[in-house]
Amino acid sequence: MYDFLIGPFVEFEFMRRALVGAFALALGGAPVGVFLMLRRMSLTGDAMAHAILPGAAVGFLVSGLDLFAMTVGGIVAGFTVALGAGLVARSTELKEDASLAAFYLVSLALGVLILSLKGSNIDLLHILFGSVLALDDATLVLIAGIATISLLTLAVLWRPLVLECVDPNFLRSVSGAGGPTHLAFLALMVLNLVGAFHGLGTLLAVGLMMLPAAAARFWARDLTSMIVIAVVVAVVSGVVGLLVSYHSGAAAGPAIILVAGVFYAASLVLGPVGGLRRYLVPGRHLEA
Amino acid sequence: MTAALQFRNLTLGYDRHPAVHHLTGTVANGTLLAVIGPNGAGKSTLLKGIVGVLRPLDGAIEHTQIQKEDIAYLPQIAEIDRTFPITVYDLVAMGLWRRAGLFGGISRGQRDEIEKAISAVGLEGFEGRTIGTLSGGQMQRALFARLLLQDAQLILLDEPFTSLDAKTISDLLDLIHRWHGERRTILIVLHDLDLARAQFPETLLLAREAVAWGRTQDVLTAENLLKARRMCEAFDRHAEVCETDAA
Repeated sequence: MYDFLIGPFVEFEFMRRALVGAFALALGGAPVGVFLMLRRMSLTGDAMAHAILPGAAVGFLVSGLDLFAMTVGGIVAGFTVALGAGLVARSTELKEDASLAAFYLVSLALGVLILSLKGSNIDLLHILFGSVLALDDATLVLIAGIATISLLTLAVLWRPLVLECVDPNFLRSVSGAGGPTHLAFLALMVLNLVGAFHGLGTLLAVGLMMLPAAAARFWARDLTSMIVIAVVVAVVSGVVGLLVSYHSGAAAGPAIILVAGVFYAASLVLGPVGGLRRYLVPGRHLEA
Repeated sequence: MTAALQFRNLTLGYDRHPAVHHLTGTVANGTLLAVIGPNGAGKSTLLKGIVGVLRPLDGAIEHTQIQKEDIAYLPQIAEIDRTFPITVYDLVAMGLWRRAGLFGGISRGQRDEIEKAISAVGLEGFEGRTIGTLSGGQMQRALFARLLLQDAQLILLDEPFTSLDAKTISDLLDLIHRWHGERRTILIVLHDLDLARAQFPETLLLAREAVAWGRTQDVLTAENLLKARRMCEAFDRHAEVCETDAA
């Protein structure tokens, strides 16, 4: 049992690093994911994750697999698309989902094209699916830093963020904090995606944000417990995913996301709040 | 009598199309004013303009006596996301925003106030329920509790009685008359003409422009109502630029 659960992390440094990285991604990303879900922006997160690619690719083109260049590139590209899509949606007849789709398709194609100019297929795989088993110190510090910033920012913005989701007109009537709060939240989303990009790659970066959030929705009725559950699901997915990958030799990033997917599916069926259970086990009606 | 609100040749709208057109007039302090008009008459738009959510396309809204923070606004219930997992208690507590702000704590005295507001609207025992589990009437009661906490001088209510039962309407009307007794200024958007005639002394009949404004029984005549409906049916996608300067 010890050999199976603890041994890999004791024995190998890369496993410990991967574990720390997954924990940090879980802590920062899962709460952001819950808010994305409640604001009906789940697919926005996904689109934004693709949108980061051309920025990271330009960074790669300039200085190879360099943490700093790819991070800065990713953040710049992420913000550009987040603001650009928002601007197009607000100032034209195109709805936000359509303008995001347009932006992210162009971004993804552009990113892969830029990569193909210089990199090999291995580099492309690395960037699309990440390398959670090869996190160096600098990357870990970056991911942990992003998690710290996320948690602190969410603590500060909690009140206006919640109010902006429930009753935006009321918030606008009592305070001017709505606009800046929305922007800060978009910034958090981009930062977390860039962090997750290093560990899980462009295509899976949203995985540890959205799947735990969606799973938590089936277990909790109030926001605080929902976020706690999402974080726990994300952390456990990280540990279990790494173990599965270690023992089976499967790729680590997809293993982590798949474990989160299993949690989601289980919650969908078993969760007490608004899941399938009420159809599967209807039970007799109550007195009041 | 001092003015709580002044509209000076006010035009509000969306995408350059006016929804409220060249409105001029004064709402005196302590007025209880019903705002009535057909769908699309600009009633909600007017409230959004007053509260500052929407900027005027032209003209101005002045409320020199009343600070922005002293305006309480009840949006139409459809504009609230009732699937969001927030409890009745937290929703009502938002009424303390002006005093607690972004970060301020909520004192024990304020907790008492929150509980008092919740029981004043008859929602004791519902504190821990999430708003998704409330009926339409209960939700509207919760929003009125939030208004109680806001303790504002100017209160704007956008169709507060839509699809409520008679008991809830009469409970909420009691609150409104209490506010009126406290010399607060209240604007209330309504569709029920009989209710307006029975409960509200003054009425603004709006159909983008003010059709009539004054004592309710003088305003809500068959002739005025017909005029209002005709004025609202004209929306021209290719409208010319409006050159009128004053109403």
